[in-house]
Amino acid sequence: MSGPGRIETPPTAGRPDDIRAVPVRHRGRWVAVALILLFGASLIHSVATNKLLEWHVVGHFLFDPRIIDGVVLTLELTVTAMAIGVILGVALAVMRLSPNPLVSGPSWLYIWFFRATPVLVQLLFWYNIAAIYPRISLGIPFVGVEFVHGSANTVITTYVAALLGLGLNEGAYMAEIVRAGIISVGEGQTDAAQSLGMSRLQIMRRIVLPQAMRVIIPPTGNETISMLKTSSLASVITLTELLLATENIYSVNFKPIQLLIVASIWYAAMTSVLYVGQYYLERHYGRGSAREMPATPFQRIRRGLFSLRREATR
Amino acid sequence: MTEPMVRAEGVHKRFGRLEVLKGITLTVLPGEVMVLLGPSGSGKSTFLRCINHLEKINSGRLSVDGELVGYREAGDKLYELRESEIARKRAEIGMVFQHFNLFPHMTALENVMSAPIRVNKVPRERANAQARALLERVGLPDKLAAYPAQLSGGQQQRVAIARALAMEPKLMLFDEPTSALDPELVGDVLQAMKQLAGEGMTMIVVTHEMGFAAEVADTVVFMDDGMVVETGSPDRVLGDPRHERTRAFLSKVL
Repeated sequence: MSGPGRIETPPTAGRPDDIRAVPVRHRGRWVAVALILLFGASLIHSVATNKLLEWHVVGHFLFDPRIIDGVVLTLELTVTAMAIGVILGVALAVMRLSPNPLVSGPSWLYIWFFRATPVLVQLLFWYNIAAIYPRISLGIPFVGVEFVHGSANTVITTYVAALLGLGLNEGAYMAEIVRAGIISVGEGQTDAAQSLGMSRLQIMRRIVLPQAMRVIIPPTGNETISMLKTSSLASVITLTELLLATENIYSVNFKPIQLLIVASIWYAAMTSVLYVGQYYLERHYGRGSAREMPATPFQRIRRGLFSLRREATR
Repeated sequence: MTEPMVRAEGVHKRFGRLEVLKGITLTVLPGEVMVLLGPSGSGKSTFLRCINHLEKINSGRLSVDGELVGYREAGDKLYELRESEIARKRAEIGMVFQHFNLFPHMTALENVMSAPIRVNKVPRERANAQARALLERVGLPDKLAAYPAQLSGGQQQRVAIARALAMEPKLMLFDEPTSALDPELVGDVLQAMKQLAGEGMTMIVVTHEMGFAAEVADTVVFMDDGMVVETGSPDRVLGDPRHERTRAFLSKVL
């Protein structure tokens, strides 16, 4: 096993022997391991042998078309609400950092309002909006010019109500995340970009935001995962997303636990996919921050297989 | 008589109640290399930042290439320039910072290319070729694809010089370009600056490198407490300082 430089120094000559000592015995650790194994085993045993759990029911409903529709709607709602949240968040954060108090003030007020009220209340509010604004129109205020208008009940469908409730609320949280990211970029970066003649917009877009991303992505991933599950609140305003889809089934067949397990499996699966997405996004925006990129799990596996093959052919 | 590249007349700058510049008057001619010396807190860096309007002056007159910095004069009134106009003027002045301030999310090549493409709307292929040539000129032809974090301080500072030169500036400002470097890395950066001076670039350099001042500067300005104490050729100011404060400073530095 000696490398090229080691050949002239035989291992016995001059190299002291490695220390051989009796290691400390960690009896406490063995006790803890035993207890945990015992607990784990009993848990698995009880779940696997419990006839009342009826795993075949879970399997039967896992790919039920109604469940799949719910999954699709949950995904749609998560993606669109997060898109609204991110766009609003960036706008609010940039506004919040403006030196003009007439710009930063409203942003502060918005963030305060949406963080100060529960999202479930906001959802119910949008769902019932027709009670105070039966007619909604888009136009120029006060002069009576209207481009489009309609009844609130047709414009604000349950999906739109859920989207507004979740998206507008998310905007407030994203604003704080984006603001933290922007602040984290040193002033020297702005100095340098300004001295090169870049405009404020170019500096924000090309210099500050790409660097802020490194700080923004991890909590945004967290928000997305959180949104995926918070979207289940929309079941309260009768949007048939994953949770309400399962509820509708178990209200008929009286198997709530089995169907809640179905929902949990889907939520967990979707969350896991988001984990992977976040990992690669972080890697992308981590460019330049580390001297060398750590290998992705795939690269590590491939490298492992290669070295195994090389060992084998040797 | 040639129009000065930089003309400052009674330039004052305050941060709140702290007066940092207390009436700076000096001129820099085209092609001149001026070194600003002085203890920290004497206002050298602030003055440099005023020249490209990174800081706004409170009173006095400051002009670059015959045009006021940050304002337009019409009749006896001053009008503030729009941000886009200020940006256009900044684009003609290169600046190199103590802490390099390279864009960490871009490679060396992208750092040098970005401003010509975004600000001067230079076609990408031409900006690329020009950036390669500049990085070669500062001695980094093999670091095009390296990110700033993969470069030593001296290499980063040379990329920063190339980045400023890519905008083809008529004036270069150096704000303590070697102060953050390990001693053995200082030489390469000074070499690049010396080369630039030799090519006739107008330069204002804030530095503590007395050797550079003696060898490259046309004029040395000693500042203390927001004022110009002494101005002259390097031989004169460094070799035969007239003022007590200059002597005291030089005796500590040399």
